[in-house]
Amino acid sequence: MQIKLVSSILGANDTLAAANRELFREKGVFVLNLMSSPGSGKTTILERTIEHLQPQLNIGVIEGDICTARDAERIAQKGVPVVQINTSGACHLDANMIASCLEDLNLDELDLLAVENVGNLVCPAEFDIGEDMKVMVLSVTEGNDKPCKYPLMFRESRALLVNKIDLLPYTNFDMDALEQDVRGINSAIQIFPVSALKDEGVEAWCQWLTQLVRRKREK
Amino acid sequence: MNCMHELALMQGILDVVTKNAHSYGLRRITKIKLVIGKLRAVVPDSLEFCFTTLKEDIPLIAQGELEVEIKEIEGSCRRCSHQFLVEGYRFRCPQCQCTDIAVVSGSELYVDYIEGD
Ligand SMILES: [Zn+2]
Repeated sequence: MQIKLVSSILGANDTLAAANRELFREKGVFVLNLMSSPGSGKTTILERTIEHLQPQLNIGVIEGDICTARDAERIAQKGVPVVQINTSGACHLDANMIASCLEDLNLDELDLLAVENVGNLVCPAEFDIGEDMKVMVLSVTEGNDKPCKYPLMFRESRALLVNKIDLLPYTNFDMDALEQDVRGINSAIQIFPVSALKDEGVEAWCQWLTQLVRRKREK
Repeated sequence: MNCMHELALMQGILDVVTKNAHSYGLRRITKIKLVIGKLRAVVPDSLEFCFTTLKEDIPLIAQGELEVEIKEIEGSCRRCSHQFLVEGYRFRCPQCQCTDIAVVSGSELYVDYIEGD
């Protein structure tokens, strides 16, 4: 006997993500899903972003990690509310994990909720968590062959932060080739070259983000 | 990293399959057919490997085989409505050069059918 299923493996997740999205809309909170491979400097970017935006915006953070709380501790030192999710092995956050930790955050008091996803270039792009936008971080030490290896994440992201540009002279990273490949996959993507460590380029990214957050709050 | 991804994916697939097999009263699954789009960055060999590893512990599926159909990426131009095959991940309309392209096919990820008795 053959049984036709055509059931999406992600169907259950998408239903929960839609509920999250509705809640974020009600509360007027802009939600950012930050993705990258391990070691790209996501947490440092988040720290700089918080420093730049803290005077204007109320920020909360959800930290996804396979098994430690180190990143969450770093972010908590910036004086913003942080909730830690340990995925105990899973390589991505899903909508249910996000939903189950929302009661630990006061959404009424937040303008921006930044979710730091687990370091991985494949799965996080596949799981909708109800965010307003996906943003990807790629560091110049990873090489510029990533767009063609992991096209979905580049396709789904609204912005790409190219981090560690202070190391460009020491790598064979080709920024032009990267831009060309990325725009081939996603012509509308915003690209921000940054060095989170040296606080270069972060201002431009933060201004762009602030506009989006304000626009949602005014709706 | 890839294998972890395929393992989580296969776990999800086998959950869906098991649930459906029970509700249709199947006692033995002989085949699972998946459809996966090229945008998904799924490695079929890893998927097959994870399937072989996981199914051993599930009597219902232990004898089953896996068939994976990979779908090419197809785009549709939002300006001129031309439909075309996206090659080398270049989302550009060959007819009008517009880069605002909707994905028609290539992001699939689902169980098409199961066979059993
Ligand atoms: Zn066209």
